[in-house]
Amino acid sequence: MLSDTDWSAIRLTLELASVTTLLLLVIGTPIAWWLARTRSAWKGAVGAVVALPIVLPPTVIGFYLLVAMGPEGPVGRLTQSLGLGVLPFTFAGLVVASVFYSLPFVVQPIQNAFEAIGERPLEAAATLRASPLDTFFSVVLPLARPGYLTASVLGFAHTVGEFGVVLMIGGNIPDKTRVVSVQIYDHVEALEYAQAHWLAAGMVAFSFVVLLLLYTLNPTGRRA
Amino acid sequence: MSPGTGIRARFKLDYSGFSLDVDLDLPGRGVTALFGHSGSGKTTLLRAIAGLEHAPGGTLSVNGDVWQDAAVFRPTHRRPLGYVFQEASLFPHLTVQANLEYGQKRVPQAQRRVSLEQAVDLLNIGHLRARKPARLSGGERQRVGIARALATSPRLLLMDEPLAALDHALKQEILPYLERLHDELDIPVLYVSHAPDEVARLADHIVVMEAGRAVAAGPLTDTLARLDLPIKLGEDAGVVLDAVVAARDEEWHLAHMEFAGGRLWVRDHGLPVGHHARVRILARDVSLARAPMSGTSILNTLPAVVVDSVDDAHPALTLVKLRVGESPLLARLTRRSAHALEITPGQLLYAQIKAVALIG
Amino acid sequence: MHTRFATSLTVLLLALTFPAAFAAEVQVAVAANFTAPMQRIAADFEQATGHQAKLAFGSTGKFYAQIKNGAPFDVLLAADDETPAKLEREGDAVASSRFTYSIGRLALWSAKPGYVDAQGAVLKQGTFKHLALANPKLAPYGAAAVETLNKLGLLAALQPKFVQGENIAQTFQFVSTGNAELGFVALSQVFEGGKLKRGSAWIVPPGLHAPIRQDAVVLARGKDNPAALALMKYMKEDKARAIIKAYGYEY
Repeated sequence: MLSDTDWSAIRLTLELASVTTLLLLVIGTPIAWWLARTRSAWKGAVGAVVALPIVLPPTVIGFYLLVAMGPEGPVGRLTQSLGLGVLPFTFAGLVVASVFYSLPFVVQPIQNAFEAIGERPLEAAATLRASPLDTFFSVVLPLARPGYLTASVLGFAHTVGEFGVVLMIGGNIPDKTRVVSVQIYDHVEALEYAQAHWLAAGMVAFSFVVLLLLYTLNPTGRRA
Repeated sequence: MSPGTGIRARFKLDYSGFSLDVDLDLPGRGVTALFGHSGSGKTTLLRAIAGLEHAPGGTLSVNGDVWQDAAVFRPTHRRPLGYVFQEASLFPHLTVQANLEYGQKRVPQAQRRVSLEQAVDLLNIGHLRARKPARLSGGERQRVGIARALATSPRLLLMDEPLAALDHALKQEILPYLERLHDELDIPVLYVSHAPDEVARLADHIVVMEAGRAVAAGPLTDTLARLDLPIKLGEDAGVVLDAVVAARDEEWHLAHMEFAGGRLWVRDHGLPVGHHARVRILARDVSLARAPMSGTSILNTLPAVVVDSVDDAHPALTLVKLRVGESPLLARLTRRSAHALEITPGQLLYAQIKAVALIG
Repeated sequence: MHTRFATSLTVLLLALTFPAAFAAEVQVAVAANFTAPMQRIAADFEQATGHQAKLAFGSTGKFYAQIKNGAPFDVLLAADDETPAKLEREGDAVASSRFTYSIGRLALWSAKPGYVDAQGAVLKQGTFKHLALANPKLAPYGAAAVETLNKLGLLAALQPKFVQGENIAQTFQFVSTGNAELGFVALSQVFEGGKLKRGSAWIVPPGLHAPIRQDAVVLARGKDNPAALALMKYMKEDKARAIIKAYGYEY
């Protein structure tokens, strides 16, 4: 059924998706907050950059990340000067790429949730002596909970399903960058259809369960 | 007013299509109504006082405490105020109890003067504590919103048309609570409203707003009786007088109300003798005669001296200001009648009052 | 009325079918490593014969799966000799149409000039962090690279430094962006007009690995397509072979 390398790929995938999702919630929150509240002329531009991964083919993102994070690229120069080396072919590199790639799937639900809250609860909290930070944790976060749920599920699932980017910058190293989607691809290319089926069916089942959870726990959906 | 007491507010704000420019000295106690049509800037002024509207260059001090001036801008959460929004704006994720506690627990113990129990009792919401806001009626929600604001022991309570979103019946449900608040707590209130009846019932002072300016300000009785009031109140023009129950006529179910200038018969609402209450007399319910009439259904006829008169909004009408003892009275007549009576200042006439409303 | 209609219909049908018979169209699945030479060959072929060659580039494994599932290709130019043989055995290709159109050459290449020496001694020094190669399970060039390292006795030492591209094009990307200091690529990717395009390379001698035979085959769908047969014939002609050679392939 599943070989050791398959299991290792599954483990690695879940690890990558968990780390990525946590990071995304932390990074995505201030971005979503800014996008939801700003009246800056930059809002459109920033929103568009965040949404880019939705429309760009993953291979384009992967290619540019490969170039940017490479030894001659701007990100690569930075990471080298910080003593981190270059990121492609490392787990950290996959995390960075996944964070960028799944960013819109986390930012947008949170942003929608923030926008749906509106100005009034924040004003009410301010008149009740709550500082902006206090308000964020005591009012905004609880009210945005459905948005966070959606964001976590989508961010996690999208990272699990990510393929093109990983393919471009991963280098297919066992235990480090060989995730399930790449493993499936290898099986298919090597005409090992039986193994490919096991993993692929697992992915389908996983995705279904995740979305099912999302729709049952958050039945109003749009309310996010 | 001596410096250090009262509310001193000076704001200048410019938005496209609207500007606010006020310089006000308001009393540091009682209820001050900010009255005006929608778009007159009264809510913007209230929000500027709360710090919700950032008004750089403005100055604001409340009973000696500087909230804002050239050097200082205390953000909303550092201003010891209570704010009641038009819609209660309760936090939907918290129970009534948690909503009430939200503001209170953010106020240092030493600064708490109103207890949660006091606020709960005053608004009579004890039975609602475990509920979520979604399961409250509009009136209940607004009462919780008011109690929530009171529980922070505010030095100034700001109310932005708290009754405007409610229908007539709910308004009647809430008004008594607002009156109790007025009577039982010594917290200055700024009350935004465009409804003359609410103002007549609740306010001690009034600021009339129009196009972002304060066009009149002063004690309610005097201000409402001004003929030069820039806002034409039309059917709502009239006076509000403080009165006390002097006697009760059990046979006819009438109460005799004494005010500075005379006595008036009103329907008996069961108020005990000695109870203070307000009476409102609309200008349209007052007619004038040269001599007291007999053989009339009108119960209340008072001698009055003409102070002045002015044309009303409609060309057929004129508004006459009179004085009954120390109290003002407004009468609305047709210009033809005024002409026939040869109305002149100082003239003695008899005011026949067709209806008197006892308010609160 | 009837005869007039029938005549017009015949003329119409003739008009539609005859030009097609003279200038047909062939759908060609081309191994990714053969992209550059095939574009030039196809252009010459169209000019010489009037036929149209529609090219699709990709991995041989993917083409196999697509062909088995009814993809509309007439000819396959594979990256190996196994896949065409397999298709032939399974009845999806025309028996006896198969021939080796090129023999790929493996090169150890770096984007940095002077990094790879002419003897490939850099492999023994092992001062690099990453050695790129195509997935040996999937790509003949990857298998040849592993075979070469094995012959040199370096496989075990260098395996931890492997970064694998899913195909030879991706492997080239790893090296050309500098993310891997060096890697085994197809000579055709770094060679043009008989010389190295950039960087430094060691052309792996043929003795170190089995020849990378790339076979062409006419698929079942193309067996009656004159353009398919014409293309197979053209691939063996001098003009095509000159192009193939210029890109660093043998034949």
